[in-house]
Amino acid sequence: MKRFWPMFRKEFIQMRRDRLTLGIMIGIPVIQLLMFGFAIQTDVRHIPTVVLDESRTPASRDVIQAFENTGSFRIVGHVDDRRALDAAIARGDAQAGIVVPTDYPRDLARGTTATVQVIVDASDPLSSTAALAAAAGVAQVRSLAILSAAAGRSQLPLEARVRPRYNPGLRSPNYIVPGLVGVILTITMVLVTAMAIVRERERGTLEQLIVTPITKTELMLGKIAPYVGVGMVQMTAVLVLGRFVFDVPLTGNVVLLYGVALVFVIASLSLGLLVSTLVRTQQQAMQASFFFVLPNILLSGFMFPRQAMPLVFQWLGALLPLTHFLKVLRGILLKGVGVTELWPEMLLLVLFAVGLIALAVRRFQKTLD
Amino acid sequence: MTPFAVETRGLTRRFGPTTAVRDLTLQIATGEVFGLLGPNGSGKTTTIRMLCGLLAPSAGAATVAGIEVTESPDRIKERIGYMSQKFGLYEDLTVAENMDFYGGIYGLADAGRSGRIAEVVAFLGLERRLPQLAGTLSGGWKQRLALACALMHEPALLFLDEPTAGVDPAARRSFWRTIHALARAGTTVIVTTHYMDEAAQCGRVAMMSQGHLIALGTPAEVAAQVGGQSLEDAFVILQERDELEANER
Repeated sequence: MKRFWPMFRKEFIQMRRDRLTLGIMIGIPVIQLLMFGFAIQTDVRHIPTVVLDESRTPASRDVIQAFENTGSFRIVGHVDDRRALDAAIARGDAQAGIVVPTDYPRDLARGTTATVQVIVDASDPLSSTAALAAAAGVAQVRSLAILSAAAGRSQLPLEARVRPRYNPGLRSPNYIVPGLVGVILTITMVLVTAMAIVRERERGTLEQLIVTPITKTELMLGKIAPYVGVGMVQMTAVLVLGRFVFDVPLTGNVVLLYGVALVFVIASLSLGLLVSTLVRTQQQAMQASFFFVLPNILLSGFMFPRQAMPLVFQWLGALLPLTHFLKVLRGILLKGVGVTELWPEMLLLVLFAVGLIALAVRRFQKTLD
Repeated sequence: MTPFAVETRGLTRRFGPTTAVRDLTLQIATGEVFGLLGPNGSGKTTTIRMLCGLLAPSAGAATVAGIEVTESPDRIKERIGYMSQKFGLYEDLTVAENMDFYGGIYGLADAGRSGRIAEVVAFLGLERRLPQLAGTLSGGWKQRLALACALMHEPALLFLDEPTAGVDPAARRSFWRTIHALARAGTTVIVTTHYMDEAAQCGRVAMMSQGHLIALGTPAEVAAQVGGQSLEDAFVILQERDELEANER
């Protein structure tokens, strides 16, 4: 391995001299973190809502107030008929509509089932789900209050006490930021090495390089080594910003986290190298990398829960190193767990790293054919 | 062991339906300056690339420095220096960094490396260019730097693929002086060119046309084959004859 160091030094000098790429590699994590961290909120609140109050009584105003009090609905207007309500939703001025019919107070007083209609724009499933849950909640709470009063009880017969562990405030950044560490590392690390070999091929420097006795392993390891450092810097930037801007906890063993991240970064860099041996031009390398990014975002559990996916896609997701790294990230950062709980994921990441680098070395040929 | 620095036997290389090099058999003695001549596409570069282990032969065999090219190309790579047609060094590294890199890649340990770099720098007069980025060098200096990197490990054989393309006449002349100095020191030099004044400076030349050998010998012998005319005339006549024969077949 005596030729590893010259290769490493050369790659390091080139990386340092390419200020633009280096700036992008450090700038991207910061910008992405701020965008994702502030923009993505999975708990939907303040859904714009229009109200059609056909009865205009204290009882109807009371129930409308109850909807607003949940915080899920924000009343943006009152309309006079169904057509106006439908139009408001169709235009997108509102995503939900609440209709209190004329006979609402009468049914309530009689003791028959009084109805309030809630119309939601389900073309956006995330907010409509939130609206439906909030609406059902309003009805249930009020029904219970009426029923217990009628039964002469002041306490509920049953209550489920839910304790959200590890993220008691159910805050989105706690979920998004650790995931973002993994996503950013995947994107930048794969892309940077996907370019590595083809760039030398396109510039004509590969021919001169492979006519020397350097071994394939020395060449490949020397290529990825400087970027391991970049990956660690990226991760640190995201974690520090996550901690101080978004108040994301660092519960577990940070040293262990860096150790696993090192393995993950090597796996991602090796994957990029493998791409680099499969394509002929830098443009193809770029396209192949972007093609690879999408499944990483969709199937890894970064934003969408894997349990909800059909089995085939869960398996596909398991083929991505990111899927396993995300479990480790969230496990260590939020739950504070360690090797005892996470060893299967860690072992898999080691296997990915070793396997991918071996594959890349095998694929690379020291000839021009 | 064969006394020859290079020996090929029926060396052939095909790219799909076309045959770039056909049934090439020749021997190059140690310490020779050997010229490979021929028009573009005649198979010179492909031949050199096969001898350097950059392309696998489709048929035939070749030994370089006594080592079979198909068997252990990496051992050959320790014994040879190679300059490709296109400048193949890192333009975003300085002259010194490029030399240090190639010294390291050729396995020179830190201690010996700086001494060897100083030697090569002095030999090629690169002293004042050391801190300059390779990409900003002129053609002549790029070529010297490429030669410097190819010489780091004191190779027994030097393969130069059109080394003087795009280089001004004065730099070409000084480059050839360097080549002769290397040959005197025992280095075998195999060089491709289509400048006939350069071909005349070779000990022996091989002329190639359409992938095969059409003449082999000292420049004077080759000229004598077509009635003692200049090498350039001989080259043109032999090549036309070869193309005519190909058309008849």
